[in-house]
Amino acid sequence: MSDPIFTAENVKQHYLIRQGMFADPIVLRAVDGASFVLNRGRTLAVVGESGCGKSTLARMVTMIEDPTEGRMTIDGSEILPGAASRDAVLRSRVQIVFQDPYGSLNPRQTIGKTLMEPLLINRKDVPAQERERRAREMLDLVGLRPEYFDRYPHMFSGGQRQRIAVARALMLDPEVLVLDEPVSALDLSIQSQILNLLVDLQDRLGLAYLFISHDLSVVRHVANEVMVMYLGKPVEQGPKDAVFAAPRHPYTKALMSATPTADPSRRQERIKLSGELPSPMAVPPGCPFHPRCWRASDRCRKDMPTLEGDAHRFACFNPIEA
Amino acid sequence: MTEITETPATATGPAHPSPLREFWQYFSDNRGAVAGLVVFAAFFLVAVFAPLIAPYPPHEQFRDHLLQPPFWQPGGTLQFPLGTDPLGRDMLSRLIFGARYSFFIGMVVVSIASFFGVVIGVIAGFAPSWLDTLIMRLMDIVLSFPSLLLALVLVAVLGPSLMNAMIAIAVVLQPHFVRLTRAAVLSERPKDYVTAAKVAGAKPGRLMFVTVLPNCLAPIIVQAALSFSSAILDAAALGFLGMGAQPPTPEWGTMLAESREFILRAWWVVTFPGLCILFAVLAINLMGDGLRDALDPKLKRS
Repeated sequence: MSDPIFTAENVKQHYLIRQGMFADPIVLRAVDGASFVLNRGRTLAVVGESGCGKSTLARMVTMIEDPTEGRMTIDGSEILPGAASRDAVLRSRVQIVFQDPYGSLNPRQTIGKTLMEPLLINRKDVPAQERERRAREMLDLVGLRPEYFDRYPHMFSGGQRQRIAVARALMLDPEVLVLDEPVSALDLSIQSQILNLLVDLQDRLGLAYLFISHDLSVVRHVANEVMVMYLGKPVEQGPKDAVFAAPRHPYTKALMSATPTADPSRRQERIKLSGELPSPMAVPPGCPFHPRCWRASDRCRKDMPTLEGDAHRFACFNPIEA
Repeated sequence: MTEITETPATATGPAHPSPLREFWQYFSDNRGAVAGLVVFAAFFLVAVFAPLIAPYPPHEQFRDHLLQPPFWQPGGTLQFPLGTDPLGRDMLSRLIFGARYSFFIGMVVVSIASFFGVVIGVIAGFAPSWLDTLIMRLMDIVLSFPSLLLALVLVAVLGPSLMNAMIAIAVVLQPHFVRLTRAAVLSERPKDYVTAAKVAGAKPGRLMFVTVLPNCLAPIIVQAALSFSSAILDAAALGFLGMGAQPPTPEWGTMLAESREFILRAWWVVTFPGLCILFAVLAINLMGDGLRDALDPKLKRS
């Protein structure tokens, strides 16, 4: 049933931060070794607190930034550094929808121009009439009225703008769609509309989604696979049902206990994590989660656990029993 | 789940006004701007049709009517409605022809300064930091001189003439455009729509001038309007100091300079050119404000 389209092997993104002219630059490990596979028609959700490297991961998959280390392939062929700026076919295969629908649309361009721009740049052979026809079709596909074509973004609500952003991402017929918290800036009632639209589009077009979110109830709704990240490292990874039913990593468990349930009779014990998320510039030695973990042992403070397991993988020396 | 059709955010109905109409709608809300536009348009028409409107050629001297006062003053006649200058030339005709020079100066200076300023500013905003620093420090050097003094020095080097004065003023005004454009570009560049254009494959040139620049225009337009008026002012000042347009050119600032010594005996020879400069500058500034309000979608009430 798996039909891989995109793979990432141990990708890393490190930034050098200079503090003062003479100080040695500090290495910020925004993403420190993530591996995953995106399958056609399936959704991989990436979950974690802010600052855990979710958005950096999105920027690497969309080829906005080249990874410092690691290997990414699309449809079996490797993505070389800087290839996206040269290869129109390659870059049109992965597109992105941003979190903030107010910042992601050019306020000076009509919706029509925004939708036609990707074609104008990448498909020079498509005549102007055809471009317009496809853009109007796309408006229809995402559930917007055709008369919106000549309007400017400021005339639309957040939900409508997010539909426009989805439409723009689909103009180049991508195979992979990166959704960087696509609904977290929206109203709860609008969230479900956009999520249903995304699910519907995935069924129709067979898209692979990399769905980035910090909202576990949304993830439960859309994901097939889940990857939980902490300080740039995946700590637990596996099929949604397995991860949600029996989280093995204490961090996943804590995240899940923080999600409100709709069932008042089932009072679940909420795990409160002590302490703050450490600065990614000063990651603690050993397991990065150990200062906040209630199961930490001496070994956690010295050694770094690696992801282990088959389908359901987790990086912990003292996992929660399934 | 049932599909909910979202109602459009605007209540303008199915027929959406054309962009030009919409622009006029917002512009005309601002009364000061409309007043400025009317005065500006009047000055412009006067400048274009100067030979048809002016009663006399600007250089014609009437030796029998030296320093004749305006018509409502004792000794004035309707033959010279605003009086004559020390050489017996009709003030009204000279002012009308002076409008030509002022507009010409404003247009040329703003075109040169804004074109180079905006291009350099956008490049600085996108450039690697060493080039950015180099450009901005150069601009700081130009800005660190008192502007009129620098213009004077440039004119002194190039030689006093109207063309050289315009070049000098453009050089002096241009760093303002560079800084403004760069600041606007830097604040726009990290926004998601720029990243989205990049993901769509937009090359740096397109990113700079098609994606980002239109979103930076509002402050540039205001700056251009203000520069138009300060170009007229600076040119008048250079003319007054004898470094701009040379007599007998009927440029307003030069006219002021020529008649400085008569300020106590014949108030009209200095008052009318001064008033012309004042009204032209004021009208352009008001219009610039209105332009900004109408062109900036973020300030629009939607």
